[in-house]
Amino acid sequence: MLAKRIIPCLDVMQGRVVKGVGFKELKDAGDPVELAVKYCEQGADELVFLDITASYERRGTLIPLVERVADVLYIPFTVGGGIRSIEDIRRILSAGADKVSINTAAVQNPNLIREASEVFGSQCIVVSIDVKRVYVDEQQSIDKTVVETENGYCWWDVYIYGGRQPTNMDALKWAERAVKLGAGELLVSSLDFDGTKQGYDLNLLKELSRRVSVPIIASSGAGDLDHILKALTIGEADAALAASIFHYGKYTVREVKQYLAQHGVPVRL
Amino acid sequence: MVKVVVFDYAVGNLRSIKNGLERVGAEVSITSEAAEIEKADAVVLPGVGAFPEAVKRLASEADLIKGFIADGGVLLGICLGMQLLFTASTEGGLYKGLDYFKGLIVKLPSNVKIPHIGWNTIKIKDYDCPILKGVSDGSFLYFVHSYYAKMADAEVDSVDAETFYGTTFPSVVSKGSVFATQFHPEKSGEVGLRILKNFIEYIRR
Repeated sequence: MLAKRIIPCLDVMQGRVVKGVGFKELKDAGDPVELAVKYCEQGADELVFLDITASYERRGTLIPLVERVADVLYIPFTVGGGIRSIEDIRRILSAGADKVSINTAAVQNPNLIREASEVFGSQCIVVSIDVKRVYVDEQQSIDKTVVETENGYCWWDVYIYGGRQPTNMDALKWAERAVKLGAGELLVSSLDFDGTKQGYDLNLLKELSRRVSVPIIASSGAGDLDHILKALTIGEADAALAASIFHYGKYTVREVKQYLAQHGVPVRL
Repeated sequence: MVKVVVFDYAVGNLRSIKNGLERVGAEVSITSEAAEIEKADAVVLPGVGAFPEAVKRLASEADLIKGFIADGGVLLGICLGMQLLFTASTEGGLYKGLDYFKGLIVKLPSNVKIPHIGWNTIKIKDYDCPILKGVSDGSFLYFVHSYYAKMADAEVDSVDAETFYGTTFPSVVSKGSVFATQFHPEKSGEVGLRILKNFIEYIRR
């Protein structure tokens, strides 16, 4: 039976892991390689490294860091941040990453998803989508997918440049298009929920699961064990990504997985 | 020291398999040079990329690999590297493979999410398979693929382990001194390293 995955996420800036609220107010959270090893020993199913400043500052990702991580890790890991071309992807995969996650560049040049999946295979192309809710009065007729949530009607706007810039793109439609172009997985982060520890955006996850056929990695908002359980059950996500609950030692990866197992979720223990 | 060549298709992550093999005591070079392959103790066809692209890269060396196998060379195919050993694949058209194992590479059924990504269990069919020594039935291994090997009827004896995801497919196959896994042992933690260690021990036998 295929297990649901628990994926610690390491937001990396200038070679250090950082964590913030809503992509801002960044605090130092440790050395990436040390944390990678620790999570691997705790039973992490995968790791994600996001070079969160790369797109904005227009520099390449941290190849030496990727190499260091690959040298000590025997579980899969994904690298994202600032990836703009087939050459960028080739370099990151050659350095030892298993997948790349593309965000801003995919929005600006959707054809990159198609090219990348043709060359490297869909399975190593993760399309990362940062979204924020836009509430509307009621189900008014706009060209967006409006959904009823616990706080009223809304649609989800796609943000680029590390959550800095809205695009006025319908996230649900973008997700479907990204999959058609060849995305092998979707990593979905909510700017409303990131770092708030209030739980994942379950409405968003459910809507996505209903619409696309590829695995969905739920990101942003994990504050306690029940949030993760809900993302994987109510939200129907295939994997849950979390950062601060692990970095600050609130729970170990194993504790999360034991809790999930107790509630009937298949996990690798 | 056992010399292993990881075949270089010039796409994707080859560093992890190199690290994994070195960790269990092999001397590893990543290359597609005929001279290197001929003097290797074993060849690994790694599991990265898409079938058409990999077949293109492998095309000029296909006879070399076939010759290496025919001479009793030890080989391990991983994921796509396993699929390349089959008769043909339907990924991105219809492409011929190395035809060592008889069967067709086809897409996973549409009632499950594709790609099949994550940790799934194996059901061991042949406990005598050298690379599965010490590996428990029901172990979790890491899979990343959209296609699987539909074995020809005559080839069922080559199946050492199976996995279920929408359908039951072979996750470990072997025949002679050729082994192949649909999962990635180099990404499957301790169990995966055990399989790589078994492979190296088999070369040393």
